[in-house]
Amino acid sequence: MTIDRLLEGLRQRDPRAIGRAISLVENGDESAEIILSSLDENLVSQATILGITGPPGAGKSTLTNEIIAKLRHQEERIGIIAIDPSSPISGGAILGDRIRMMQHATDKDVVMRSMATRGRLGGLCATAGAAVRIMASCGCSTIIIETVGVGQSEMDIIRLADITILVMAPGLGDEIQAMKAGLLEVADILVVNKADCKGADILAMDLEAVTRKGSATPTQVCMTVATEGKGVTELLDRIDKLDSEHRDSGERQKRRRGAHNQEVLDWCLEILRPQLLDKIIKRKLSVLGDPRLKAKKILEEK
Amino acid sequence: MTEKIKKNRVLVGKPGLDGHDRGAKFIAQALRDAGFEVVYTGIRRSPEEIAAAAVQEDVDAVGLSSLSGAHMRLFPAVVEALAKAGAPDIPVLGGGVIPEEDIIELKAAGIVEIFTPGTPIDTIISAYRDACEKKSTG
Ligand SMILES: Nc1nc2c(ncn2[C@@H]2O[C@H](COP(=O)(O)OP(=O)(O)OP(=O)(O)O)[C@@H](O)[C@H]2O)c(=O)[nH]1
Ligand SMILES: [Mg+2]
Repeated sequence: MTIDRLLEGLRQRDPRAIGRAISLVENGDESAEIILSSLDENLVSQATILGITGPPGAGKSTLTNEIIAKLRHQEERIGIIAIDPSSPISGGAILGDRIRMMQHATDKDVVMRSMATRGRLGGLCATAGAAVRIMASCGCSTIIIETVGVGQSEMDIIRLADITILVMAPGLGDEIQAMKAGLLEVADILVVNKADCKGADILAMDLEAVTRKGSATPTQVCMTVATEGKGVTELLDRIDKLDSEHRDSGERQKRRRGAHNQEVLDWCLEILRPQLLDKIIKRKLSVLGDPRLKAKKILEEK
Repeated sequence: MTEKIKKNRVLVGKPGLDGHDRGAKFIAQALRDAGFEVVYTGIRRSPEEIAAAAVQEDVDAVGLSSLSGAHMRLFPAVVEALAKAGAPDIPVLGGGVIPEEDIIELKAAGIVEIFTPGTPIDTIISAYRDACEKKSTG
């Protein structure tokens, strides 16, 4: 596909062009810059970006599937970016989130993309951010990013979101883990999914207690049964309400600016890294002495 | 990002109504272990669903598994669905308990490789690699 045909395809919102554009950006192709500067920034700034995170198996994909179904009733065009970890050993990945969302596979207004972390932190954020913009520019008014909430990379992804939803479930034993990872603090909305299972009420109470400690306004917990679509309407109402609050108060704009600055910083570092490494190697530094001091010296010189 | 990082991406799915996904899962894992990014769509997919997913995921190849004996209908149906979805260039590979005479017919219908329970896994992986690489350069 030539770049002109690709750009025309994006204007036509052709699924093939959207898929290809995301790949080119993900693969660091030279054409990425042309693609990303051709986007409709107006649509990008209007779209709502939801981050859905939580421990493996909590029901994030199943819940996303239900959210898509509800939003499609309102005739919205939706984008989904589902991120799964790459194997650190082979570099490969199994991207399986689609299994739970196949009912929307042939819906032209559901644009979905699976993405592997490929072992890059800042890079993943930049790639996912670019995919969000491509989808928004192609008319997706809501874009959902699903990621497994365990490590730092997920926290970075969450930065891309206007609203972050943390999905937990009883019986996974990950509550403490989530608190450690600081996910509870970044989450705007807490969901206890699998409310049909034993231990859901207790988990919800525990979570409410933890959030009450930290702030004057405890985060209220939403209960859902994703497999039956229960509680999803209420969750969407919460999301809507919070989204309009954030739009009115300027919180949304503040977050977008912070995320944008961070993305620019990621790119600066990405571009600088090879240049700096080159400089360092050329200097044939001795292995003795303070690395920090040497770093400062290298950065000071023109 | 700044350096080029092209990964082979494949979709592994199972068209048709029978509920066995052992073959598909086995291939998905073997490909993952060989460094592929594998979009796994699970069982009981229609050819149209598989084609739509392959287009959105911009995969380099599609791998199908069938144990139901319906491969003669379903595999070519996926090739057709891909062409209809504007992606006739995405190669389709398939595996299952498939008799020799069917293999010839399936290849004539545009399936680039067919694997049977006797095919060594290394052969399967290099066939996928060839298919992906041919597509990216072609
Ligand atoms: N009982 C019950 N099971 C559920 C519910 N929601 C999801 N599940 C099941 O939980 C399992 C995991 O669901 P997924 O949606 O794949 O979970 P996930 O969080 O996306 O998982 P990863 O992407 O692998 O981290 C599946 O077998 C679902 O059917 C629920 O509300 N109740
Ligand atoms: Mg999932």
